[in-house]
Amino acid sequence: MADTKKRSEVSDINRSIYDIKDEVSYSYKADTGLTEEIIREISAKKEEPEWMLKKRLQALKIYNELDIPPWMPDISELDMGHIDTYVRPKTDMKARWEDLPENIRDTFDRLGIPEAEKKSLAGVGAQYDSEVVYHNIQKELEEQGVIYVDFETAVKKYEHLVRPYFGTLITPSYHKFAALHYAVWSGGSFVYVPKGVHVNMPLQSYFRLNAPGAGQFEHTLIIVEEGADCHFIEGCSAPRYNVANLHAGAVELFVKKGATLRYSTIENWSKNMYNLNTKKAVVGEGGHMIWVSGSFGSHVSCLYPDTVLRGDNSTCEFTGITFAGKGQCLDTGAKVEAYGKNTSININSKSISKGGGEAVYRSVVHIGPHAEGAKGAISCESLMLDDESRSDTIPDIIIENDDIDLGHEATIGRIPDEDIYYLMSRGLSEEDAKAMLVRGFAEPISKELPLEYAVEMNRLINLEFEGAIG
Amino acid sequence: MSELLRIENLHVSVGEKELLHGINLTVNSGEVHAIMGVNGAGKSTLLHTIMGNPAYTVTEGHIFFRGEDITDLTTDKRARKGIFLSFQSPVSVAGITTENFIRTAKSIISGKQQRLFPFKRLMKQRMTELAMDESYAGRYLNDGFSGGERKKNEILQMRILDPALAMLDETDSGLDVDAVRIVADNIRKYHTENNALIMITHLNQLLKFVPPDKVHVLIGGRIVKEGGAELVDEIEDHGFDAFKSEV
Repeated sequence: MADTKKRSEVSDINRSIYDIKDEVSYSYKADTGLTEEIIREISAKKEEPEWMLKKRLQALKIYNELDIPPWMPDISELDMGHIDTYVRPKTDMKARWEDLPENIRDTFDRLGIPEAEKKSLAGVGAQYDSEVVYHNIQKELEEQGVIYVDFETAVKKYEHLVRPYFGTLITPSYHKFAALHYAVWSGGSFVYVPKGVHVNMPLQSYFRLNAPGAGQFEHTLIIVEEGADCHFIEGCSAPRYNVANLHAGAVELFVKKGATLRYSTIENWSKNMYNLNTKKAVVGEGGHMIWVSGSFGSHVSCLYPDTVLRGDNSTCEFTGITFAGKGQCLDTGAKVEAYGKNTSININSKSISKGGGEAVYRSVVHIGPHAEGAKGAISCESLMLDDESRSDTIPDIIIENDDIDLGHEATIGRIPDEDIYYLMSRGLSEEDAKAMLVRGFAEPISKELPLEYAVEMNRLINLEFEGAIG
Repeated sequence: MSELLRIENLHVSVGEKELLHGINLTVNSGEVHAIMGVNGAGKSTLLHTIMGNPAYTVTEGHIFFRGEDITDLTTDKRARKGIFLSFQSPVSVAGITTENFIRTAKSIISGKQQRLFPFKRLMKQRMTELAMDESYAGRYLNDGFSGGERKKNEILQMRILDPALAMLDETDSGLDVDAVRIVADNIRKYHTENNALIMITHLNQLLKFVPPDKVHVLIGGRIVKEGGAELVDEIEDHGFDAFKSEV
C-alpha cells in the first residue's frame, strides 16, 4: 500500500523544494513586453553609465532585426510581448544572509546554499529574479586581489576591468537571444582572478527565478589572468508556474596564458522555462578550459558552451549530461573553435530521455587552417528509456588542415532487459534496477560534479523512476 | 528437513516454443541437487524460470517456495524470499561499484540497512576466502572482469546474501582447477542444514568437491532419470546417450 501512495504523489514530490513559491512582492515592475522605454527605465533604475545604456539600445535594435535561428526547437509558445523583462525584488544587496528578508532567505536555506558556503565554498552570490541579493567572498581571497561581485557593482566600481571585455566575446549579433540579453541584462557575477593566484575553493553563484512569467538575463564575466586558476559553480532553479519563463543569460570567460578555469553548471529550472543561454570562453596559450554541465530542468533548453582555443597548446574539456523527461526538449552540446597550434579537445556528452522527452546533442567542432597538431576525442552516448522518447545526435565537424587527430564516437541505446533482470535477481525492484543502471550510465559525469550536485543528480534520477512503472 | 522448493508439472515456453514439458522437482533444506544434461536440454531454462526471468513463460504448472505459490511473482520478490541464481554469464554494469551493488542487494534482501564499515569488513573477509583481489570491490560490477572473476563474483554474492536456495548455473565452466577448488570450498562453507543448492553442470568438476544428494538427468525438456551421487559416475563413464532411450 505504501507503494501506491508514493506513486500517486510523485509529480509533486519531484520538485517540492523548488516549487515552493514565495509570495510575489516587488518594489518595481516594468511594463510587460520589450520597448525602448523599458530599457531606458531599467538603465535609469540601475544608475548605469551612459556607455551601458547605449550598448543596451544598440542590442535592442539588433534584437528587433534578427530572426530566431531556424534550427532551434519549437519556441512558438514563448511570446516576448508577455514576458516581464525586469523584476526587482524588494531588497537591496546584502553581505549577510541574516539581513535578507525572511522569504528570500528561506528560499536559499531550502536550497542549501548558506550551508554549502560554510562548508566548501570560497565565495557565494545569490540572485533572486533580476537582482543579486547576496554576495560574499572570503577575506583571504579579497586580500590577494580576487574580485567576486554582482555585475551591477562591477559596472560601476570596476569599469576599467569590465568595459574592455563586456560584450566582446559574445556580441549582441551572435544570435537573437544574445541581443535580447544585452538589451535587458540584469544581475549576474563578475570574477577577476589576478595573475598567478590560485583560488582553492570554488566560487558559487545561485540563480533563482521566482516571479511568474518573468525573465532572467544575468551576465557573468570571468577573467582569469596568466597562470591563475579558479573553479566557478553556477546553480539555477525556479518554482513551477503555468506561464512561460525565459532565461537568456550570457557567460563570457577569459582564460589567459597558462590559466585554468573550471566552470560547473547544474541547471534545474522548472519545466515551464525556456532556457536559451549563451556561454563562451576564449583560451590563451597553454590555458585550460573545463566545462562540466548538468541539464535537468526547463521546458526547452538550447545550450552549447563555445570555446575558442586561440593560444597554442590550449585545451578544452567538456563533460555534460542531459536528462529530458516528459514535456522537455533539451537541445544541448558544445562548440569548439581551434585556432592555435597543438590544441586538445575533449567532449564527453551523455543524455537520457524518458517519458516522451527529447534529448538532442548538437555540436560544432571547427579546426582552423593554422591549427596544426590539434588532437581531439568526441564521445556522445544517449540512452532512451522507452519507446515514446527521442534522441538525436547532430555533430558538425569542420576541419581545415591535414595535421590533426580527431575521433568521434556516438551511441544511442536502451537499457538491456537482461541487465534489469540481473539486478532484480539480487532483490532490486524494477524501478530501483533501472534507476541504478541510469545512475551507472551517468556516473562518469556525476563524479565530475561538485559533491552536493552529484548527490542532487542521483536524487533526481531516483525520483524520476519512482512510480514510473507498473 | 523441511520443504523449500516444489515444482509441479511445469511447462515453460519462449514464444511459441515449449522448452520444458512437465517438470516435477522437490528440494528440501539441507539438500544438494545436481541437474545434469547436454547443452540445450533445458537446464538453464529451469533455473531462470525458478528465478522468474520474464523471457520465459510458464504455460502450465506451479512453483512453490516454502509452501507459497510463487509462479506469478516478479524476480525481485523471489530474491527477497531467499532464492538466488549464480548466472552463467553475469552482465557487467559500468558506473556501479561491486561493493556498492552487493551492499544495496544485502540491505534489500536482509531488510536491514547495511552500515558501511561492518559491511566493508564482511566483503573483505569473503573476498579473502575466495582468493579475490580486494581491488575488485571498488571496480565497476563485472566491468573488465575475466570469465573466472565473474564466476567468483557470483559466489561472493551468494555468500554475502546467504540465500535459502542457491542455484548455480554452470559455475565451474571457465574456472581453472584451483579456482574450482576454491569455489567448492566456499559452497561448502555456505551450505548448512537450513539451506539448499541446485547445481547444473554438464561437466562434473564441481560435483567431485560438492557431492550431490540427488541427481536429475534432464533431456529434451524432461527429467528422464533421478538418483543419488552414483549417477554422476555413471554419466562420466557412459555419457548421456544411455538416457536418451528413456526419453
